[in-house]
Amino acid sequence: MAEFDLDHVENVYFDVLKEIGNIGAGNAATSLATMLGAKVDMKVPRVELLDFNQIGDAIGGEDQIMAGVYLVINGDVSGSIMFLLEEESAHVLVSKLMMGMPREQEVGFSEMEMSALQEVGNIITGAYLNSLSSLTGLTITESIPDLTVDMAGAILSVPATEFGLLGDKLLMIETSFTDDAELNGYFILVPDLPSYGKLLRALGVMK
Amino acid sequence: MGNLIKVGMADLKLCPADEGITTLGLGSCVGVALVDKVTRQGGLAHVMLPDSTAIRNNTNIAKFADTGVAELVRQMESKGAKKSRIVAKIAGGAQMFTFQNNASLVKVGERNVLAVKAKLKELGIPILAEDTGLNYGRTVEFFPKTGEFVIKAVGKSVKTI
Repeated sequence: MAEFDLDHVENVYFDVLKEIGNIGAGNAATSLATMLGAKVDMKVPRVELLDFNQIGDAIGGEDQIMAGVYLVINGDVSGSIMFLLEEESAHVLVSKLMMGMPREQEVGFSEMEMSALQEVGNIITGAYLNSLSSLTGLTITESIPDLTVDMAGAILSVPATEFGLLGDKLLMIETSFTDDAELNGYFILVPDLPSYGKLLRALGVMK
Repeated sequence: MGNLIKVGMADLKLCPADEGITTLGLGSCVGVALVDKVTRQGGLAHVMLPDSTAIRNNTNIAKFADTGVAELVRQMESKGAKKSRIVAKIAGGAQMFTFQNNASLVKVGERNVLAVKAKLKELGIPILAEDTGLNYGRTVEFFPKTGEFVIKAVGKSVKTI
């Protein structure tokens, strides 16, 4: 059985991983749209093998402030999944979910806003993982969500450090989405290295 | 103030006395700023993991606290700095999320800070100031001429240590 290895990622793997992003994020975007009662558009997923110093630029600069919901995944596939929203988008989303309630505070998020964001992140990453699980037949369980509002670089350093144990590149499946108004965000799935092999084998593209 | 020299994740660079150097979005990583008290030759490392000997693939020496600090000192010495005159300021080493899935990454921020301190102690380099730990990211800017280490975090006022 071949091992999945970051120095030899075949093109066909990228295509299949993109399709994973497409199906997972598609499902997640649908559940977000349902929640908001609005249309949510999804861009074509990107599967990126990034050097550590390119990580911040991948989602608009290391010091871009983002609200990040982070869940650890386990089971047949392990790693992490993140739902990232630009700070302003996070405010818009919370306000929409709370029937147009105005911002509770000028700077940052109130406790109630934080918990709403966390719950949204939980529901839509759940939708992502469910579709991934039915597609591959693999069991995927998720931890309770954790939320932080911080610089993109600091948030993404968490999965990067994980990959740092093995090499100097991060492989992630990234899908950005936007709605009619002012919502901009990302779903980022970061399976650990052995899990990439499992996903690709489950889909029959890797022996 | 002109443009700052930028150091990426798992990277290190030198900084001449008259310039400034920065690294953005330190999470569990640690930023190690060094300066020679006399020549004001400076440098900054953005280390990601504590221990190069614990890992098989350890060719990127800037990635680890032990080898990264040693390499930065070596590069500064090649620019005329003297180890006995080098002083340090450090920042970062946060715990961004409450849990992580990999056992070898539990409290990696805290362990990064300890590893940096151990290496600096071994090299006889004193730490003049630090802003480490807690649960938020930091962007740092270092100015070797004055020794000012500026720390920016989301929703907090800028501080200089």
